[in-house]
Formats: sequence, structure tokens, C-alpha cells
Amino acid sequence: MAAIEISGLTKDYLVGFWRKRRFRALDDLSLRVEPGEVFGFLGPNGAGKTTTLKILTGLIFPTRGTATLLGHPAGQPEAFLHAGFLPENPYFYDYLTPQELLDYFARFFPFTPEERRRRRDEVLEQVGLAEVRDRPLRKFSKGMLQRVGIAQAILHSPEVVLLDEPMSGLDPVGRHQVRELILQLKADGKTVFFSTHVLSDAEALCDRIAVLNRGRLVGVGQISELLRRQAGYDAVIEFSSPDALSPLRPLAAKPLVISGGQCQVQIPEQELTRLLALCQRDGLRLVSLNPLRLSLEDYFVEVLRETEPERSPAAATQ
Amino acid sequence: MTKRGLRPARWKMALFLVCAFAGLVPAQMALNERVARYRNTPELIWIPSGRVLRALSLGHNGLLADIYWTRAVQHFGSQRVERKFEYPLLAPLLDITVALDPQLLIAYKFGGVFLSAPPPLGAGQPEKAVELLRRGIAENPDEWRLWHDLGFLYYWELKDYKSASEAYLQGSKHPNAAPWMEVMAAVILQKGGDRETSRFLWTEIYNSTEDVTIRENARDHLDTLRALDDIDELERRVAAFRDRAGRWPESLQEVVAAGLLQGIPADPAGHPYQLQPEGKVTVDPSSPVKLDYGPSPGSL
Amino acid sequence: MNSSQTLAIVLNTFREAVRDRVLYNLIAFALILIASALLFGEISIGIQKTILINLGLSSISIFGLLIAIFLGIGLVYKEMDKRSLYAVLSKPIRRSQFVVGKFLGLNFTILVNTALMSIGLWAALFYLTRGFEPRDIHIWEAIYFILLQLSLVTALCLFFSCFSTPVLSAVFTFVAYVIGNLASDIRAFGELTQNNLLQTLTTGLYYLLPNFSNFNVSAWVAHGNAVGREVILLNTAYALCYDAILVAASMSIFARKDLK
Repeated sequence: MAAIEISGLTKDYLVGFWRKRRFRALDDLSLRVEPGEVFGFLGPNGAGKTTTLKILTGLIFPTRGTATLLGHPAGQPEAFLHAGFLPENPYFYDYLTPQELLDYFARFFPFTPEERRRRRDEVLEQVGLAEVRDRPLRKFSKGMLQRVGIAQAILHSPEVVLLDEPMSGLDPVGRHQVRELILQLKADGKTVFFSTHVLSDAEALCDRIAVLNRGRLVGVGQISELLRRQAGYDAVIEFSSPDALSPLRPLAAKPLVISGGQCQVQIPEQELTRLLALCQRDGLRLVSLNPLRLSLEDYFVEVLRETEPERSPAAATQ
Repeated sequence: MTKRGLRPARWKMALFLVCAFAGLVPAQMALNERVARYRNTPELIWIPSGRVLRALSLGHNGLLADIYWTRAVQHFGSQRVERKFEYPLLAPLLDITVALDPQLLIAYKFGGVFLSAPPPLGAGQPEKAVELLRRGIAENPDEWRLWHDLGFLYYWELKDYKSASEAYLQGSKHPNAAPWMEVMAAVILQKGGDRETSRFLWTEIYNSTEDVTIRENARDHLDTLRALDDIDELERRVAAFRDRAGRWPESLQEVVAAGLLQGIPADPAGHPYQLQPEGKVTVDPSSPVKLDYGPSPGSL
Repeated sequence: MNSSQTLAIVLNTFREAVRDRVLYNLIAFALILIASALLFGEISIGIQKTILINLGLSSISIFGLLIAIFLGIGLVYKEMDKRSLYAVLSKPIRRSQFVVGKFLGLNFTILVNTALMSIGLWAALFYLTRGFEPRDIHIWEAIYFILLQLSLVTALCLFFSCFSTPVLSAVFTFVAYVIGNLASDIRAFGELTQNNLLQTLTTGLYYLLPNFSNFNVSAWVAHGNAVGREVILLNTAYALCYDAILVAASMSIFARKDLK
């Protein structure tokens, strides 16, 4: 059974004051997250990431489509017995202390009073807030609030943890702490689903990612595979005379870089055999061949550009 | 700036505040009389309808009634203090008060006495007083004393002994009514205006009211009745002197000397009675006891 | 399980209200007002006790109304606006439990406030009359009716907050309170005009809107009179019924609402 299963999810909003227009925030989204994965949900601002998370947590209702958590319909109390949620920029009752807050939330679960106390203390330790358990939340910094948020999300040891922009607004120390917590959850076998627009975090933590743009899914899979699909090879070739280079040019994805008797050429993956064949001939000798390291950012920008509607007709194509 | 550096600044601020207030107070005092001219609010009631006010009070009609009652009392008192003796707002204010709180008995009783009494005592509007008391009786069927107030009003101010007797009779039918109600009904019908009856009824009012003004008013009336009794007795003794001596006495001393009087009597306020020509006795003009608290001329 | 969850919400709502310092100011004001009634009574003759009771009950009513509106609007809207709601709703509870829990929590808070203010009134009464008469017990009837009224106000606040901004909700609630107090006058007005349409309209309005004037007995008990037992029962039933209607409506609106 999938940890999270989203199928044909669509969400329309009616916007405008007098004449209502239909704005489509999510368009036929389908996604599947397996148990034990750390899954990153990427996309530019306004792509629909938070909308998806809100539907998963029952805060808003889809226009079409379904979403389930461990087989339970999203938003139903049964689903929440096994899932925890950290909202973006969380606000908790600032007149409470973290201990009181966790105690309050723990009452919504079938704990005995001892279990409740034990679990509350464990979680406070886990997120490193045990020392400030009696300080009112109104005095907490953003990073500390974020950790409180994670604490209340994992209070009942859920199998699925949903985090909305968990790193937003944190300083490097805070971000490090949250990363550590996510890795710890993974080590415990939990499924973590988080949305972010910080790519380095996704690269560091995620098993798989999905990219959302304008409500549509534009890419999903393991990072290494996604990058490889767009990647290619970087070859350094020695040449005897400039004429020998001409058969190379049509293969190259980018212009050749020539210096001294060598040229550097980038070719897409599918041209590899042809390049090797060319280098067997006279006049060209293969010095080095390396797979291209495409960064996630490059991939990201590329895939977004592909799915954007054409802006200016005079856009130069490669 | 260190804290030490702040101290002189704080002193300066304190000094400034003290001086400023020192300037304010005489200014206000100078304004007090001058502004009074602009502040004199006319004798107006903005919303004359009790029913409208009751609706507007959103359930706080009891409190509003208390406020209007206070206004009525203050209007009455201030008119007296300013020696105006007209009390134009008394009837409307009392009307509003009882519209707001029909169970505020004191308002009916106050109106019964001081709306009906002639100026300078009251507003001289006995019909309004009757109307007010009848409203009170309709709203408070258990309060038999209101029949007494109504009956007394007919008796004392309007000299309508038939209506007075009817009122006392109606009141006497109430299971809790005092036994003298029935007696009064019969007595008034039979004898009309009578000093004993009046004394009894005023005493009844004096003993039963919880309102200071009404009680003082009753006491004044009782004093007057006492004085009238005293005067009657004195004039009789003076007449006896004349029968004996063949002439009117020059002074009450003479009457005492003749053995017809024990000493020169004083009225309930302690002022000695005065002898007038032709054997008439009057109260000392400077005495607070006033004979015009007695029933209007032409009776008793 | 369900009821203990709802109870947790009730107690948390109470805790939030208690830690909100605005509450204390209002209670203090009410107590000062009641104490000042003793001064006020000195001026007017013969009815000090009546005035004290009238002023006391009116203060409890007005301040109770203010507390109910501010708490009611603040607590629900604040949750939605500041999104503390998100964390609560991601727990295994139904949205309806949240609404009911908030409602009961607000009413419990108001009950405690009213009790505190009532103690102030009784203390002032004792100071004035150096003892209690048996007929003073009827003051509790007026206080009970004030509580019923406030439960209606709370329900109205809750209802409006489910779909409206705080300012508008406060305005709507206050307008409903005013019209509710004038309900019988509106109907009487309708009967006075010989217009059939107007009559039906005003009568319909009379039965539709919460009729707050049913509960106004303060002037009556200030004179030591009792309220009939049937009236107490009927008013209780009316309030409970109307509360149920508003809470049910709130629950269904809130259940379908997309939370921003």
C-alpha cells in the first residue's frame, strides 16, 4: 500500500469580485509515495505545493480526484492517526509553553496519561527543546517554533510525516537541525513528504522528487535518474588539424571549446556511440570522457522553461 | 545616556507638569461661572415617550427607570431650591419612570402627593396625579395601599368624598388590606372632610412611607392639624375670657393670669401662638408651621 | 474518546480566555460599577436596594455581552487567521468537535466571569442591607436569564465567525442583539399597521430572530418579585433550541469550508 496516493487531483478557485473567473490551482495531479521514502515536492512559488498539502491534510477540498494516506481518505480522522503535519510558518497558541502545547495535542490521541507524558517528554528531547519546555511560545524564535511544529507532528509516532516548507525562514543552524531530524525520521522508517523551493535541501535529503509548475506535474522520479536524462558527456579530444573537427560539430550540444591542440566538446547521451566511432578515425584522439554533472538547479530551470508557454516569439532556439 | 544622566531631565519634566497643572486650576475656576451661561440646558425632555424609551433600553428598563426617578426627584428639589415652585417636568418624568418600570411604587406615591398639592407645595395637577395612581393600581393589583393613596387624594385635594370613599372601599376588598380601609370608606362617606379623619390618614402616610420627602410632608400636615386644634382651643379660652371680662384680652398673658390657661402654649415647632384682635389666635409668622398646609379654604 | 477530545478543546479555550488580559479589565470595570451603585443610591431617596440590583444586573449583562462578543469573535477568527487551526485540525478529530468544543469553552468562560461579577453584586448587596432577605433569591433567576442570553450571543458570534471577518461578525452579532431585544415591539408595530404584508413580515421576523426580550426580568426581580417556574423552563428550552440551531449551522458551514 502506498504511503500517499494522489489520483487526478484538481482544485479550482473562483476569483474576482463581480465576475468570477475560474483559477485552476491544481490540474489533474497524480502521484504515489512509497513507504519509507523521503519525498521532495518542488516547484516555484504559486505552483500548487501548499494547495496539495492542504488537500492531503483535509484543510481544503478538491474539485476532482482523490488523495489517500495509507489507504485512508485524506482529511479523515483515521488518516490523522497515522500522519502528522507541520504547516508553513506555524503559529501555535503563544500563551502556552511547549510542554502544555504538546500535552494538549496529545489528548487527541488514544494515549493513557502515562503514555502521553512519556511521549511528550521523548519528543521534546528529540527536537532539542527539553530545556525550554516551560517558556511561553510567544518568546520563541522562528527556528524554535519550527522545531515545536515538528514535535507536534511526530508526537504520535506517525508513519507519514507531511512538512510544508520546513526550512523556510531558518538560519543555517536551524536548517541543519531540521535536516538532521528528517534524516532521523528516515532512519526510523517513516515516510517524509515535504515541500520546498530550496533545491539543495532536496538534493541532500530526498530519495525521490516531484516538480510542480502552475498546478501541473512536470517531473517525478529519483534525482539521479532525472539528472541523467538531461545529461550527457564531456569529452576532451586531441586533434591533428582543424578540418578533423568538422564531423564533431553536429554532435555537440554546445559550441566546441578549442585551446592548443585540444578541444572540449559536450554531447548529449545518445551521441556517445557516434563520438567513439569518430575518434577511431585519424586525426582525432580521445583524451578523456566524463559524464556531465548536471545540477538540480539546471534541471529545475530547464524543466520549468520547457513547460512555460512561449513568451516572446523572437526567443532564440538552440 | 546613562541612567544618572536621565535624572535631571526627569526632574525638569516633573517640574513642568506641576507648573502646568498650577496654571490649569485657576483657569478652570475662572471659567466655572462664565461658562455656566452657555451651559444652561433648557428644561427639556428629549424623548417624551416612555414606551419608546422602554424599547430602546434593550432590557435595561429597570436601570433607566431608576435614572429617570432620580431626575424627577432632583427636578423637584432644585425647583424648590430656586424658589420656582412650578415643577413643569415632574409629571412627564414620572410618566416615563413608570412606563419604564411599572413596579416602581415610590414613583406613583410621590406623584400622588406632589403632583396634586397646590403650589408652592406641588405642581397643582390633581387630575394627572389621579391618572398616575390609576395606572399604578392597574399595574400592581396587589398593592392595596395605592387605593389609599388615591382615596386620600380625592379626599384631601379634590374634596370628592364620594370618589374617595369608593377608593377606600375598593382597596379594602384586598385580602391583605388593613382593617381601617373599610372603616375609612364608611366614615368619609358619612362625615366628609373631618379633622380626625385627616389626622388619622396623614398619620398612616407618615408611618408607612419609606420616602423622606413624603414623610416630612406628612409631618408638616400633622403639625398644621395640631396647630389648628390648638388654635380652636385657644380661641375658646379667649372667648371664655371675654365672657367673663366683657372684653377681648390684650394678650395671652391676661388669659393666663385669669386662670384660664396654664402657660403660653407653643406650636409644634416651639413658637408661641399670637393673639390677634377680635380674639383670633394665629401662629407666629416666623414659625415653620404654616396654616396653609391645612386643607384649602372652604372646609373643615 | 470523542468526548475527551472535545473536552480538551473546551478547557483549552477556557485557558486561552483566562490568559487574555482584556478579560480582567472588563471584570474589574464591572465590579467598580457595582460598587459605585452604592454611591449612586445615596443620591436618590428610598430605593437604594432597587438601584443597586438594577445597576448590578445591567452591568453584568452589558459586560457579559462585551466579553461574549470579543471573546467569541477573537477566539474563532484568530485561530483561522493565524492558522493555529491547522495544527489542531491535523489531529484525528472532526471539524464539528472543534466547533462544539469552542462553543462550550466560550460558554464556560462566560459562566465563570458572570459568577465572579455576581459575587461582586452580592457583596455590595450585603454591604448595603447587612443581610439577605429570602426574596433576594430571585436575583439568581435574573442572572440565569442573562447567562441564557449570553449563550445565544456566543452562538451568534460563532456562527458569523465561520464565514465573516471579525469586524463584520461583531457588527452582525450586535445588530442581531439589538433587533432581538426589540422583537416584540417590532411585532406590535406590525400589528398596528393594517398592512397584511408588513404584519406577516414582522411576525415572521419575530419568530425567526432570537428573541432576547424574553429574558429581560431585571426590573421585575429588583423589586423582589419571583419569575414563574414555567417561564424559567420555557426560556431554557428556547435558548437551548436556538443555540442548537446556530451551532449545527456553524458546524455544517465549517465542515465544508476551504481554509486559507
